[in-house]
Amino acid sequence: MMGEWFSQAVNWVYLVVGVLTLVSAYRVVTSQNLVHAALFLVATLGGVAVNFILLSAEFVALVIVLVYIGAVIVLFLFGIMITRASTGPEVALDNDKKVPAALISLIVFAVLAYTSVATFGTAELVDIGTATDTATLAEAFVGRFVVPFEVVGFILLAALVGGIAIARRDLTPLEEEARRSV
Amino acid sequence: MIATQFLILAAALFSLGVYGLLVRRNAVLVLLSVELMLAAVNINLVVFEAMWRTSEAIGQVFSLFVIAVAAAEVGIGLSIILMIFRNRQSANVDELDLMRW
Repeated sequence: MMGEWFSQAVNWVYLVVGVLTLVSAYRVVTSQNLVHAALFLVATLGGVAVNFILLSAEFVALVIVLVYIGAVIVLFLFGIMITRASTGPEVALDNDKKVPAALISLIVFAVLAYTSVATFGTAELVDIGTATDTATLAEAFVGRFVVPFEVVGFILLAALVGGIAIARRDLTPLEEEARRSV
Repeated sequence: MIATQFLILAAALFSLGVYGLLVRRNAVLVLLSVELMLAAVNINLVVFEAMWRTSEAIGQVFSLFVIAVAAAEVGIGLSIILMIFRNRQSANVDELDLMRW
């Protein structure tokens, strides 16, 4: 069983990419440099995208690259740069509860891994070779899932308006006066 | 390829996200950890789609929904962090204890 698994080239791709993904995910949660943490998230999501291609989900992989690596990371980098306190000493980025936190995350991993192995065992992904074409996804979006699709669009609009409303600074009375006189 | 290999990768990503969520003090890094957990969930959805191959690719459709909602969440979350930083000159979640019992 194991020898057969190792004889497939695609599994070696999975191993290399999976190790890279996990190492960079580990660096995301341990790096003491904010910008490095965000850039390691790029590597992690790149690995996730490769895994999606291995699972013949090309469109989702492209969306991950476009939306996450293209847009969300830029947002994060802006957030990091704006919220960096200009004065005072650099405070530690982690709290002192590392051991209990590691214990909890190990328990979570053990439960998830055990249930995965116990439920699916060595079930092969049989018809993995054929890609899901974009037409299928498009028909699902405007067919059966048209209402959730519209709702998600509305949520994005609401998030856009809400983000502006929350983050914009209220003008002081003096500035209000200055604006009115222009 | 077997399904379990991807499920275990997703489980490891998720538990790393849980660790970061519990340990990090900077609010932006907490959001980064949430992104790790969402990526793990997306892997699971795509694996199950690859396993059962529904005619409408439901697993992939739902992973795209998750991506869209996550993008909205990051936008709102970062603007809230920005406002907190503007009021308190700090993005440290340990200092946000106003509503703590």
